[in-house]
Amino acid sequence: MISDDTVNRTGEHEREAAPRLSRLFALAAVLALAGLADAVYLTVEHLTGHSVRCTVTNGCSEVLSSQYATIGGYPLAFFGAVAYFTAFSLATLAAFGSERAGKLFAVLVALMFATSLWLFYLQAFVLHAFCQYCLLSAAITTLLVVIVVVRRATKK
Amino acid sequence: MRRKLPIIIIIGVLIVALAGGALLMRPSETTTRPNLAQMPPTTTAPTATASPNPQATVVPRPAAASNIAPITHLRGRNDAPLLIEEYGDFQCPPCGSLHPILKRIEGEYATQVRVAFHHFPLREMHKNAGEAARAAEAAAVQGKFWQMHDMLFEKQSEWKDAAPARPLFLGYARTLGLDLPKFTQDIDSTTVSNRVMTDEQGGTARGVTGTPTVFLNGREVPFAIATSYDKLRAVIESELAVKK
Repeated sequence: MISDDTVNRTGEHEREAAPRLSRLFALAAVLALAGLADAVYLTVEHLTGHSVRCTVTNGCSEVLSSQYATIGGYPLAFFGAVAYFTAFSLATLAAFGSERAGKLFAVLVALMFATSLWLFYLQAFVLHAFCQYCLLSAAITTLLVVIVVVRRATKK
Repeated sequence: MRRKLPIIIIIGVLIVALAGGALLMRPSETTTRPNLAQMPPTTTAPTATASPNPQATVVPRPAAASNIAPITHLRGRNDAPLLIEEYGDFQCPPCGSLHPILKRIEGEYATQVRVAFHHFPLREMHKNAGEAARAAEAAAVQGKFWQMHDMLFEKQSEWKDAAPARPLFLGYARTLGLDLPKFTQDIDSTTVSNRVMTDEQGGTARGVTGTPTVFLNGREVPFAIATSYDKLRAVIESELAVKK
């Protein structure tokens, strides 16, 4: 009897929670899409463009032309675009029910968040200049972390 | 179908991202059509220094470019077949990186390349850029534009964050042996401000939106090429081969 109750409660809990988890991952996919657009724009500007104009902050060209803006000759934004595309793909798969994709998404977001923290440190304390597109990326990554945390909390 | 839907969405996003990137990567119309007839003619340089190269002087100014400012600051041999024009901002870091590349090119192609500089200070991004442009123009009044131009780029890291930057500019003027009271007067003069503004308006008319923007014989050189010594050199070599 007790066992049945547990099964029923668990079953109800899962039925109620499942759509919410999917919605969280769908939101994460949309956010990753915004990050992807941001990173693609910066990659293209790096490869073809000039000094990227800042409209909110005033350190875009300082940040984007610094030695930290490239890795092995490739723009850092390109790696960001790859990361956001991977995050989008995993979030989409997770939104459609893939548990494994959800776990990989959490790991990837943790790595992206650590990278964002490092880049924020460089802007604040080394370059003393902020690039609004980099800050947007950091904000998106932070929101992805929040989603991962909320998902974990909701799951428990 | 539901099993395949996420894969379809992912592939769709990948295609859109790649297509969007490729679309943004496409050079502007002026760079995709390497038409020398579209170049702003070198006759825009002071007529006293007009190139003896007939090809360079007979090209009519395109109607759309009628409001391009004349070239005021030009160095190199008058008979050099190639003209590199830079729209630059003394405070922009990529312009600072381009400076030694152009100097090297000038040294290596002393008889074949002339270099012109147009002001395009991005004031909203670079707080000292406008004043630096005026400092170069104030030095130009005393015949030392290029000396101040070189000094501003070489000492960019020293003055770019200075508040105020004026004392440093005065120091450079002193080093160059300029008449300081005159320099101080000129840097704030309307004539000098108008000179900078004329360059900016000319740049805007040519579609310049950022710095550095480089033109080689009137054709815009993509940023990635202009800021790489090897790539810029290769473009110059191919342009010279065409001229031969």
